[in-house]
Amino acid sequence: MRIMALVIRILRQIVRDKRTMALLILAPILVMTMLHLVFNGDEYTPKMGLVDLPEKIEAQLNLEHAKLEYYETEKLAENDLSGKKLDAYLMFDQTPPSVVLEGSDPNVNGAVMRWVQGALKPLQPNGGNQEIKADYLFGSGDMGQFDYFGPVLLGFFVFFFVFLIAGVSFLRERTTGTLERLLTSPLRKWEIVTGYIIGFGIFTMIQAAIIAWYTIYVLGMMMEGAFGYVLLITVLLSLTALTLGILLSSFANNELQMIQFIPIIVVPQIFFSGLFNLETISEWLSWVGPFTPLYYAAEALRNVMVRGFGWEMIYKDLLILLAFSLLFMILNIAALRRYRKI
Amino acid sequence: MNNPIVSIQHVSKNYGKHQVLNDISLEIYEGEIFGLLGPSGAGKTTLVKQLAGLEEPAQGENYIFSEKMPRLDLIKRIGYMAQSDALYTDLTAKENLEFFAALYGLSGKEKKQRMNEVMELVSLTDHLHKMVSDYSGGMKRRLSLAISLLHSPGLLILDEPTVGIDPVLRRSIWESFKRLKEKGTTILVTTHVMDEAGKCDRLGMIRDGQLIAAGTPKELMQQSGAANIEDAFLAYGGA
Repeated sequence: MRIMALVIRILRQIVRDKRTMALLILAPILVMTMLHLVFNGDEYTPKMGLVDLPEKIEAQLNLEHAKLEYYETEKLAENDLSGKKLDAYLMFDQTPPSVVLEGSDPNVNGAVMRWVQGALKPLQPNGGNQEIKADYLFGSGDMGQFDYFGPVLLGFFVFFFVFLIAGVSFLRERTTGTLERLLTSPLRKWEIVTGYIIGFGIFTMIQAAIIAWYTIYVLGMMMEGAFGYVLLITVLLSLTALTLGILLSSFANNELQMIQFIPIIVVPQIFFSGLFNLETISEWLSWVGPFTPLYYAAEALRNVMVRGFGWEMIYKDLLILLAFSLLFMILNIAALRRYRKI
Repeated sequence: MNNPIVSIQHVSKNYGKHQVLNDISLEIYEGEIFGLLGPSGAGKTTLVKQLAGLEEPAQGENYIFSEKMPRLDLIKRIGYMAQSDALYTDLTAKENLEFFAALYGLSGKEKKQRMNEVMELVSLTDHLHKMVSDYSGGMKRRLSLAISLLHSPGLLILDEPTVGIDPVLRRSIWESFKRLKEKGTTILVTTHVMDEAGKCDRLGMIRDGQLIAAGTPKELMQQSGAANIEDAFLAYGGA
């Protein structure tokens, strides 16, 4: 009842502020469209598997600039490929040899194909360019950059805008004295936090659905899995953004200070979310990734959108996102103790 | 004038080294308008916030309706209006009222009736559907008052309720206080305006966190031999 009052009030305020509402929905759409138009290349060292390679052929190949693994059978190589220990493997059971790629990162795909061309060149008579047969475990050869970046960016923009709007509105509640007013009513602290989460949660769900729908069906981003999962992931991600935003707003005295959290809290997440290949990040920094919510959301989104996986492959990421939200919620309630002990 | 609604017992409070309240003891009785008079920075707001449940004393206790504060079920029986208008300016007056009414568990017919009553009391009925951002300062003040009255509290705590309100309106607000008092509401009001203090049933004079005097305005003037409240305040303050 009391929570519902809070939810209705928040939704009314959002609907009244047309410009903010437009920002939350149109800004991500605009940015995604621009990125779609812009992205459509850094040299990467592919991890290659070589299956049943005859010695006399090996002597002829140009095997530099790759990390190599040798396999007896295709089965073993395939296991490592789906376990992401390999980027691709080469089979020599026929001429010309064929290649099987993991396929979800177009950057890696490109690097693999270039390396294969180079490695097999000595085998080809007169330098002729025979077509090499390539199979993809996930994705396909025509997958664009955008298809790989897309899921991460989708998650990022949802996170970014929800973080900002929720943080600022809770900050305003504090600076205008209405938070104090709420605390002189019988409203409990957890009810305030829950009310905020449901109120913004409803709006976020609509926002996430529209943005995901637009990027997938209008911009034609690759979508192998179920739309419902994408929605579920984005909603859970925005829940972490919401709770983190509200939490950090207690450390800001005005809107400008809230914006100062963006380069500190929000932007770094994008570096560790898989937008850039994590293996090319310096080791002394790469431990940061698992501490950022976006890392898990991006992984889950990519699993659904690019690899077409279902529940069993994403539920762990979802649980971690939920755990982040719960942690932030508890800290929120604790932070409210500053204003009223009971 | 028999049951103390509010009983403040040896309350002290300090923020770091700064002593805000120093051993204050005070009782407020049922159905009276009690004025807390003192310059800004005297500790009025801190004391009032403790009574509203927002803060706790460092030493001493506050009792409201004979129960020790702060407690959530006591908060329900208190109406509090802060010094600054805590309103959602991006909503209409009606939406603000609806929100706070729901927080206090009012619904349906009762909610509607209470909303009409309080808006009438502060003469804002004609502006019910206006956005609060379009309200003048005085109107916002009156809306805040209306909101604090919604749940018919037995004790009304008002922190500087008439700041920035023109004399005509101030009089009408005081008249509404008197009407509430007649219905049995106990009112605690802070002010630094001396002539307003004269309208209270009893006064507590507070300076630098200390209660320097308490009594009816008449008693205070007689005891200090002063001609008005301001002189009385100065006399008790040791000037």
